Amino acid sequence: MSFINYLINGISLGSVYAIIALGYTMVYGIAKMLNFAHGDVIMIGCYVVFTIVSTLNLPMWLGMILSVVLCTILGITIEAVAYRPLRQASSSLAVLITAIGVSYLLQNVALLIFGANTKSFSSVVTMDPIKLAGGALTIKGETIVTIACCIVIMIALTLFVNKSKAGQAMLAVSEDKGAAQLMGINVNATISLTFAIGSSLAAVAGMLLCSSYPALTPYTGSMPGIKAFVAAVFGGIGSIPGAFIGGILLGIIEILSKSYISSQLADAIVFMVLIVVLVVKPTGILGKKIQEKV
Amino acid sequence: MKNYLVKQKDNLITFGMVIGAYIIVEILMQAGLISSLLKGLLVPLCAYIILAVSLNVTVGILGELSLGHAGFMCVGAFASAFFSQLTKNSISADWLRFTIALIIGFVSAGIIGFLIGMPVLRLKGDYLAIVTLAFGEIIKNIINVLYVGRDSKGLHISIKDAVSLGLEPDGEIIINGAQGITGTPKDSTFTIGVVLILITLFIVLNLIKSRDGRAIMSIRDNVIAAESVGINITKYKLLAFSISAALAGVAGVLYSHNLNSLMATPKNFGYNMSIMILVFVVLGGIGNMRGSIISAVILTLLPELLRGLNDYRMLIYAIVLIVMMLFNWAPAAREYRDKLLSKINFGKKKTVEAVEGGNEDGNN
Amino acid sequence: MATTNPVLEVNNLSISFGGLRAVDDLNITINKGELYGLIGPNGAGKTTAFNLLTGVYKPNEGIVKLDGEDITGKSTIEINKAGIARTFQNIRLFKDLSVLDNVKVGLHNQYEYSTLTSIFRLPKYFKTEKEMDAKAMELLKVFDLDGSANLKASQLPYGKQRKLEIARALATNPKLLLLDEPAAGMNPNETKELMDTISFIRKEFDMTVLLIEHDMKLVAGICERLTVLNFGRVLAEGPTSEVLNNPEVITAYLGE
Repeated sequence: MSFINYLINGISLGSVYAIIALGYTMVYGIAKMLNFAHGDVIMIGCYVVFTIVSTLNLPMWLGMILSVVLCTILGITIEAVAYRPLRQASSSLAVLITAIGVSYLLQNVALLIFGANTKSFSSVVTMDPIKLAGGALTIKGETIVTIACCIVIMIALTLFVNKSKAGQAMLAVSEDKGAAQLMGINVNATISLTFAIGSSLAAVAGMLLCSSYPALTPYTGSMPGIKAFVAAVFGGIGSIPGAFIGGILLGIIEILSKSYISSQLADAIVFMVLIVVLVVKPTGILGKKIQEKV
Repeated sequence: MKNYLVKQKDNLITFGMVIGAYIIVEILMQAGLISSLLKGLLVPLCAYIILAVSLNVTVGILGELSLGHAGFMCVGAFASAFFSQLTKNSISADWLRFTIALIIGFVSAGIIGFLIGMPVLRLKGDYLAIVTLAFGEIIKNIINVLYVGRDSKGLHISIKDAVSLGLEPDGEIIINGAQGITGTPKDSTFTIGVVLILITLFIVLNLIKSRDGRAIMSIRDNVIAAESVGINITKYKLLAFSISAALAGVAGVLYSHNLNSLMATPKNFGYNMSIMILVFVVLGGIGNMRGSIISAVILTLLPELLRGLNDYRMLIYAIVLIVMMLFNWAPAAREYRDKLLSKINFGKKKTVEAVEGGNEDGNN
Repeated sequence: MATTNPVLEVNNLSISFGGLRAVDDLNITINKGELYGLIGPNGAGKTTAFNLLTGVYKPNEGIVKLDGEDITGKSTIEINKAGIARTFQNIRLFKDLSVLDNVKVGLHNQYEYSTLTSIFRLPKYFKTEKEMDAKAMELLKVFDLDGSANLKASQLPYGKQRKLEIARALATNPKLLLLDEPAAGMNPNETKELMDTISFIRKEFDMTVLLIEHDMKLVAGICERLTVLNFGRVLAEGPTSEVLNNPEVITAYLGE
């Protein structure tokens, strides 16, 4: 029974990674950049909920809505101020380093406002745990909500990208910015929209993450951000189903390694699996092979 | 060759700059004008400079992005500190032990770089970046669970805990898991650090201006064309990557022999460190060794100089970083800057262009 | 005429991409010292044929022999070492290296010294580098590029970049030189000058040249024999004047 429990926990953690990875993969697909600050947007989202609920004693739903709204605005602002001026820069490293700068900035702003002490995050999920198999298997409400959220988001995003006009514009911009512009697509607006979606997903992921793992510090988002990026690469970066599969697999591998092998080596095992996957299939599980034209 | 002479002169300026800075710091130290805090930073600073120059071999000369450079530093640091601990009593001459330690750091990190490079260097761009990041984390994680002890029967290794080493009562633990290595002889000095910087520069600058260096840069500029003229891509990628890793290992030796207690924390050997080094490289100019040195110095000292501002210093650091990147790299900002420069240096326009060109090798 | 000594022998070379036969049953024999043209409309498979010859793609069928040696399926690097050098339709220079260094990369496999020799600056380093410089300058002189030796390759004007690519290819000391649309994007004067250069290097280096070209004038002016490709297949081959008067070829070029 413990194996099933671990597996479910793995899927739950994986769902969080998947939601973050979806944001990562969309931003990467369209802006061709590693947004290192993505993980820190998660952390900011959590602090918003924390402030509204625990400090101001306002209702949870208000905190959740405000968190999503503020993160969305934050994402759009970061892109417009820090990334957009560098879009045509001669080296793609420039925007990567700037993203790192933004990541430091967000962490230190949080550090100044909230301090380095760990804050205890109160769960946004009010669902009671489910007992199965005569009480031998208990599934927490957080776990169920997280998995459900991930599935809903994944389906909604797929539909949005494939069916809506804005989604098609995103695909066009990610293929070829110049051509998209000529077709009358507003490239800047499309990229802003992508960052908005990615950041709002980060807010959702943050709330779910902190509901299951309630310790909140200015560095809370950093490692999950990296892992989610690993998940996105794992599944094939730029691919929405890839991010989903990568996230879930990563979560399962992490929890199972923690439970059966060594909690200290869990991260190392996750990273090793990533390397093996990439060495065997250099563009990830669902990635497209791109050959340079000679 | 005129170009050749210009390059040679350029290299001499770099060496001169390092030596000049060393002399000034030594004089200031004699005069008692350097705070003990700053003194404590000198050896790590030398290590950071070596790291920046060595990472620039991968990023600027080979043109590949690595986010795991701290991992190689970690290998060099632990391998050499382990050796020094082991021979602390048997090799009494400090200089000899430290020289061997340096060689061990260089070789061990170089070998790990080679082994890692072999499977992953065929990956491109951001994929390579994430894999190198992964390797850096793996190395750090493994060292954190590694226990090595010694008694009369020889060495004992475990990845569980210190007890499972099964040491005899008089045995000693050398690597103690997350607590790392304690009591490494403090062999590193500022002078040794500067000498190592000069050696690193000597190796790297000579490599660049050679048959191998040209082959490596041809891969950076155009892989398909390099193959078409018979350049062995794998060989030269591995060569550049291994040398870069080996030199990071040397930085690790310098770093570890300056610490009483060496631990593989996320801060000193994790991806944060790798990223910090990458920031030095990019800010100093990709492919520009002198720039790497200058930015390593400024960015290491900046937070210390801002220490009076306490909580705000890292915030200011972050803002300075973003602003500098925008100012240095945004096409709009560059245009504005060029306009300004040409106005100021109307008569000397030619020289400005020459300097700019020299500094921005490999930007496009 | 040494007609019995083929430098390149291609027998029923074919490759498909997802069901599309990009090159279908290509046969070409080129003799030593010959200047041979490969022409055809856009998308006919000319560059694909070059990529097959240079190992960028592996053929599904067929044999490529260079100077009697079977080089089918070998890697680009091995094929270059065996003696085929090429230029590219969309120029591929080492743009941040100097013009001189671009050629010296081409000389890479003819001059050797170890990594340690370069790091410790042993006498062999200086000796070999000097020889390489001399050889590279000699090649640059042929293309009138010696005055720009210290510029970055990307600073050269377009026409000179094309020439530099040829110089770099020649530096590898090939038996066969493949030129992929060398006159693309050049004005008539530059084209004329290029034709002279190609004729010159063929004589000067006793070089065998296979040339992809769009510009009929250039082809008619310098090539002795031609192969015309259309939809991956050989439409016609033979002496230039014959081929260019072939009604099928004219139709293919002028459209339906």
